[in-house]
Amino acid sequence: MKNTFLMTTLLISVPFGFAQAEPNTVNNLLTVYAAQGANTADAQRGKALWQKTFMAKGEFTSRSCASCHTQDLTQPGKHVKTNKQIKPMAPSVNPQRLTSVKKINKWFKRNCKWTLGRECTAQEKSNILAYIENESKF
Amino acid sequence: MKSTLAISAIVFTVGILTLPVVWSDNDFRWGKMEEQRHKSSDVATVTNPLYKDECGSCHMAYPPGLLPAKSWRKLMSGLEDHFGDNAELDVQTAESISQYLLTNSAEQSDYRRSRKFSQSIKSSDIPLRISDIHYFKHEHDEIPQSMVSDNPQVKSFSQCNACHEKAEQGVFNEHDVRIPGFGKWDD
Repeated sequence: MKNTFLMTTLLISVPFGFAQAEPNTVNNLLTVYAAQGANTADAQRGKALWQKTFMAKGEFTSRSCASCHTQDLTQPGKHVKTNKQIKPMAPSVNPQRLTSVKKINKWFKRNCKWTLGRECTAQEKSNILAYIENESKF
Repeated sequence: MKSTLAISAIVFTVGILTLPVVWSDNDFRWGKMEEQRHKSSDVATVTNPLYKDECGSCHMAYPPGLLPAKSWRKLMSGLEDHFGDNAELDVQTAESISQYLLTNSAEQSDYRRSRKFSQSIKSSDIPLRISDIHYFKHEHDEIPQSMVSDNPQVKSFSQCNACHEKAEQGVFNEHDVRIPGFGKWDD
């Protein structure tokens, strides 16, 4: 009986264990983007895109990544609409960042659509990832 | 024979004792306990970690008991344009969250505020904002614009927790209201 309990606990906790530790998340994604034609990740261009302003219709007419995340990735951001604090993007100060492929895909999809008005290209995503990962060098 | 008699006696006694409970509308057994619970919290708190994580990353994870099921259904079917923001979810996550919201919606809850919310909605209405509901408006009708929309620290009625200090615990009592830049709310 006790064994069954232990086994169940173990079996339940295994997927969570995997969900937390996802080694080489960024490299795996860069490989995917490379297969789509984005062979080199350019962090400098990633930074430029991060700070670029896009015009949109609606409540917030000029939008950029920095609107919510600020231009300093080591600082917390603030959702322009809801005021909710957003934890820093830089893995150097927030090790949780860039550790889940699922999360990265989700936020790229949503936030590119809101900010740029379209999904980002493989090259743009590749550049942005490189920028966030190595923010301290740029 | 003796034991059959004893069992019958027990069954009879229990039956007689539960009769008032079965007959009474007020649910006499739980009345006291419910009252206690509602004193400390007037909407059920958010318990689902997936909902908290997915929806709570952009705004306060609103207690599901603040909107009826029909509203949650409509909200969840339009996440691509979620009040002007894109809040798309993958199908599996969306389904799981919907299920949580629908089973804990206002009309499913016996908490005081949830009942008030669901009772104040016309059957033909499907409100998308909690702040559009009649009961909400009634409860906030004395609050001047300067304290909310013109207050940079609050901005809108959507930020419950900007003023309701215990909003995350499901407490919306007016004694626990502190308006940033104005202080304690005194009716």
